[in-house]
Amino acid sequence: MKVTVKLFASLRKDRFAVDDFDYQEGATVGHILASLNISEEEAAIIFINARHGEPDSPLKEGDLLAIFPPVGGG
Amino acid sequence: MDKILRIDMGAAGGPKMQVESLGEYAGLGGRAMTSSVVAKEVPPFCHPLGGENKLVIAPGLLSGTGAAMSGRLSVGCKSPLTGGIKEANSGGQPAQVLARLGYGAIILEGKPQGDDLYKVIINKDGVKIEADNSLKMMTNYDLVVRMKAEYGDKIACISIGPAGEMKMQSASVACTDPELRPSRHAGRGGVGAVMGAKGVKVIVLDDTGCKARQPKDLQKFREANKKFVEGLSRHPVTGQALPAYGTNVLTNILNEAGAYPTNNFKTGQFAGAGKISGETIAELETKRGAGPTHACHRGCVIRCSGIYNDKDGNFLSKQPEYETVWAHGGHCGIDDPDAIAMLDFLDDTYGLDTIETGVAIGVAMQAGVVKYGDAQAAINLVKEIGKGTPLGRILGSGAAVTGKVFGVEKVPVVKGQAMPAYDPRAVQGIGVTYATSPMGADHTAGYSIATNILKSGGFVDPLKPEGQVALSRNLQVATAAIDSTGMCLFIAFAILDQPDTFQSLLDLLNSFYGLELTADSVTELGKKVLKTERDFNKRAGFTKEDDRLPRFFYTDPVLPHNIKFMVKDEELDSLFDW
Repeated sequence: MKVTVKLFASLRKDRFAVDDFDYQEGATVGHILASLNISEEEAAIIFINARHGEPDSPLKEGDLLAIFPPVGGG
Repeated sequence: MDKILRIDMGAAGGPKMQVESLGEYAGLGGRAMTSSVVAKEVPPFCHPLGGENKLVIAPGLLSGTGAAMSGRLSVGCKSPLTGGIKEANSGGQPAQVLARLGYGAIILEGKPQGDDLYKVIINKDGVKIEADNSLKMMTNYDLVVRMKAEYGDKIACISIGPAGEMKMQSASVACTDPELRPSRHAGRGGVGAVMGAKGVKVIVLDDTGCKARQPKDLQKFREANKKFVEGLSRHPVTGQALPAYGTNVLTNILNEAGAYPTNNFKTGQFAGAGKISGETIAELETKRGAGPTHACHRGCVIRCSGIYNDKDGNFLSKQPEYETVWAHGGHCGIDDPDAIAMLDFLDDTYGLDTIETGVAIGVAMQAGVVKYGDAQAAINLVKEIGKGTPLGRILGSGAAVTGKVFGVEKVPVVKGQAMPAYDPRAVQGIGVTYATSPMGADHTAGYSIATNILKSGGFVDPLKPEGQVALSRNLQVATAAIDSTGMCLFIAFAILDQPDTFQSLLDLLNSFYGLELTADSVTELGKKVLKTERDFNKRAGFTKEDDRLPRFFYTDPVLPHNIKFMVKDEELDSLFDW
């Protein structure tokens, strides 16, 4: 299945800003984090199609996954 | 910090000053000081620009000490924008310098008899007040250059630009940063108009010859400060993300969350967000020979500020904050970072609240005055405000007035004050804060984004109404307390997540003042401040109907979540029942 992955802030370093990937059916956010060598601690904020997700959240064809390190501001 | 400087600008024969003891205001700082003075001394039904209103300027309890992050200044009055009590908060140097000079507050009161414009000069030898009409309608940046030429480069300035002199409801009070740029502002609620109504252009502070304030227990204070700084460095937000990207790191995150108000709250995602994001701007700043890491006051260890150069490498503005990038950017459909930096500079130099100004322009765009996305038109509109043309005066009166003048139905304000950069439908917790804060729509008053979006201090689902009132209540209470210490609110990211860092904040206060404050006493302080502010507003005629969002947030769903604001009125009304 095709999933679009967006990375932000320090997670982009030595990786990418946005890319499409093919993953096996049943892959979770955690599988994708492992494939990108991002620890669960680093992936502090996860959105799947603009909704908060967790490392064990399942993904489906066409999902947009956005991953942020711990950030703040205001 | 054991005295108050009171200046009666309306005294017969010219301004009359008096230095008095703290009296009943002893033990108060920052927002607790400004709100207590306003609540006690300002008649709630007075006209905000009249002689009965007062402008209160107060450093926090820890300002002027060696405590890191303690450089926040509170500016309070009855707001010309909301008609309620106001505390607008600023970084920059003045809080530290004013505290070292020994002042717990400056109170400007009365109504000037003539139309002279004054400067107030405060140093270790005392206070001087001089009329200087050559400063009339001078911009903040030009004014500070002039003050530096007259009084040297050891000064810090608190000033108003032309907007404050014209008594515009979106006028700010500017504070200089360590390099004497008037780039940090007590922005909200038209505090600059009240300073203008008092006829004071600038307060020049020079603490040469003054020492840092001395703690009761120096050794404990030093230890506490060391742990506090270590805690801030250890936390990934205050130690890494804020210095690397500044507050504007939020553009991408709010956009990905579908909570980024675009084209006057029409939708929750902006196609141009990436072009004006913190990541993009930090890279651009570095490439142009400036950078995203800068302290707005001495003693700041987070350093979330930055410097934005133009394409030729010359200073254009300080790094525009997230709220500014949104108000002048996504809210207006503008995705040009250079234009946004120029708008930031113009706001700073004319002395305008960037949120109110940007939102007013977006409302004008909704009315068709100029087109969404037209950056040059937005720049021209801000210049109209600076010149005080009739159109400029309308926009400078803020979003609510602009909406009325141009017949716009959907105007994002609460208590007349423009909403900041988070759609309250897609982040229901911030909607509760916008609705209920005594300040009007103010994100800093109870920053639910931390927990709704950033997962700091736990997690409450932003798309559901459940739990939002309790979240906003707790944050509003904590914020009112932090705003009284002089501490930058960004310490909250670390103290929400790290109990030992919260303890070191308590230790700083306790070792400095010889107190035994606990977490509970901090909560009590916050509640007391909020109660004082709510009570003022009630006496000024506010009712529970004022604690509501504009109607369209209840009737028009916003994409991508297709969601309305769902927190019930009765729940909003229970926020202050503790």
